[in-house]
Amino acid sequence: MRIAACLKRVPDTATKIRIAADGKTIDTADVQYIISPYDEFAVEEAIRAKEKLGAGEVFVLTLGPEAANQNLRQALAMGADSAILIRHDGARLDALQTAKNLAAALQELQPEIVLFGRASVDAQRGQVGPMTARLLGIPCITEIVKLTVAAGSACAEREVEGSREVVEVSLPAAFTAQKGLNEPRYPSLKGIMAAKKKPLREVAAREFPATAEVVSLTPPPARKAGRIVGEGVAAVPELVRLLRAEAKVI
Amino acid sequence: MNILVLLEHRGGELKRAALELLGEARRLADARGAQVIAMAFGEGIAGIAEAARTRGAHKLLIGDAPIYRRPAGDALAHDVTKAMAAYGIGALLLTASAMGRELAAYAGAEHGVTVASDCTALEWQSDRLRLERPVFAGKALLTVDLTRPPFIATLRANYGRPLADPAPPAEVVPWSPPYDDGALRVRVKEVIAEAGKKTDLTEAEIIVSGGRGLKGPENYALLEELAAAIGGVVGASRAAVDAGWRPHSDQVGQTGKTVSPKLYIACGISGAVQHLAGMSSSRCIVAINKDKNAPIFQIANYGIVGDLFEIVPALKAELLRAL
Repeated sequence: MRIAACLKRVPDTATKIRIAADGKTIDTADVQYIISPYDEFAVEEAIRAKEKLGAGEVFVLTLGPEAANQNLRQALAMGADSAILIRHDGARLDALQTAKNLAAALQELQPEIVLFGRASVDAQRGQVGPMTARLLGIPCITEIVKLTVAAGSACAEREVEGSREVVEVSLPAAFTAQKGLNEPRYPSLKGIMAAKKKPLREVAAREFPATAEVVSLTPPPARKAGRIVGEGVAAVPELVRLLRAEAKVI
Repeated sequence: MNILVLLEHRGGELKRAALELLGEARRLADARGAQVIAMAFGEGIAGIAEAARTRGAHKLLIGDAPIYRRPAGDALAHDVTKAMAAYGIGALLLTASAMGRELAAYAGAEHGVTVASDCTALEWQSDRLRLERPVFAGKALLTVDLTRPPFIATLRANYGRPLADPAPPAEVVPWSPPYDDGALRVRVKEVIAEAGKKTDLTEAEIIVSGGRGLKGPENYALLEELAAAIGGVVGASRAAVDAGWRPHSDQVGQTGKTVSPKLYIACGISGAVQHLAGMSSSRCIVAINKDKNAPIFQIANYGIVGDLFEIVPALKAELLRAL
């Protein structure tokens, strides 16, 4: 079975975000990059599906600058078989431009299963997975926490709004990974060595017209410095008074 | 340039987020002399139609059929497509829920436009729709213009304003599915642990959240009691979820849910950057922590330093007395 996982290179979740001088992007100096955590679940699940089936091929894809190769290498070290970098160095693309590029690459790979993270932790759109699926004409199951693959079909569980749904879908299909799907493995030393020899192909990103325009990127509205109402149980009546009279939230 | 909105409901009740969506859609439509077309899907949803009728829509498309009992986004995408074509839709607004995000993506791909997700503000900007959305889990705010219709956006709960006064009742139009059961590619086979009317964290108005300071899963009963007393929902920090004390779906933070309730009570949560990212847009934050130097106190409106095992029950009692 041919399985693809799409990943995005994003600033580490512990990174402090500073706005660049253009007022529209982030200052990338000193930023550490990681595979977006939900995408790491997607990569892990692709590898597990192949392991469970005992046969198959796992492709990993990303759209990004040359430096994203190191994130692809990490996925190869985890156990993916080959990687494609859709090279794009300019300003960040919108969700549809990204999806169109991924769909073009996936069209050639013809995978039966395509995995994405439910959203990247930087742009937080949750759009690229289902958009790509739509462009490919395949169904998409979002936010899954369990995946069981059989010949020609798959069964997934998704956790949405407190309920757990069991969903059946025919393949090919796309899935987006929610936390809880798996615990991604750390690449072994052997895996890291093997990854150096695995194929990593680069293709140029295609240009698609933009349908959105960034106006500005600003720090979030500052919260006023809070105050310590007091210590221990004695402070509780004053807190409740403030919540009612000052904050007016109860 | 009519505006289409999807009304989500749960447990037989229209979600508050749906009323917010209607209010915002009506405001935008009025500014353009346009109409709000609202759709709702389900089985036995006459009550939903009634509840929505005077909340801002001009037309209410009601898909009430067994096929809509637990519909998959893959199918509803066809309903959205049909409605967009039938009613001259120039903007599609959805709740920033799993379903809303999925349907927005399908519609965007279909119409060749990108989508603005999880927006917290939206306004016309001449012939564009200007939106604000938190990015990097609230560490920055992005203002973006959608430049070409149809404008498609999802709106985060607790940001929109429902109509203050009832509007003239919408015309109710029965809707039938543009496909039959045999054509479905995705089937919801079973629902385990139905949540019923439990409000999702992202839509809750009050959240009582616990972290490592709770010391164990059994102690969340304290938070459940406080939450129940004030109509809130319980959340958790990543530390608590990673320790297996609470399910993943309860996690607030950059790798969990981003929430924006009017009141967020953080109990025994120190305030790691990734947690603050998920809740710092709450209107009012209360922190209860025994460490007076915990970072959570820097962003909390009100803090109490002390033992949460004493303070939380006292707070519950005081709130019950006050309310």
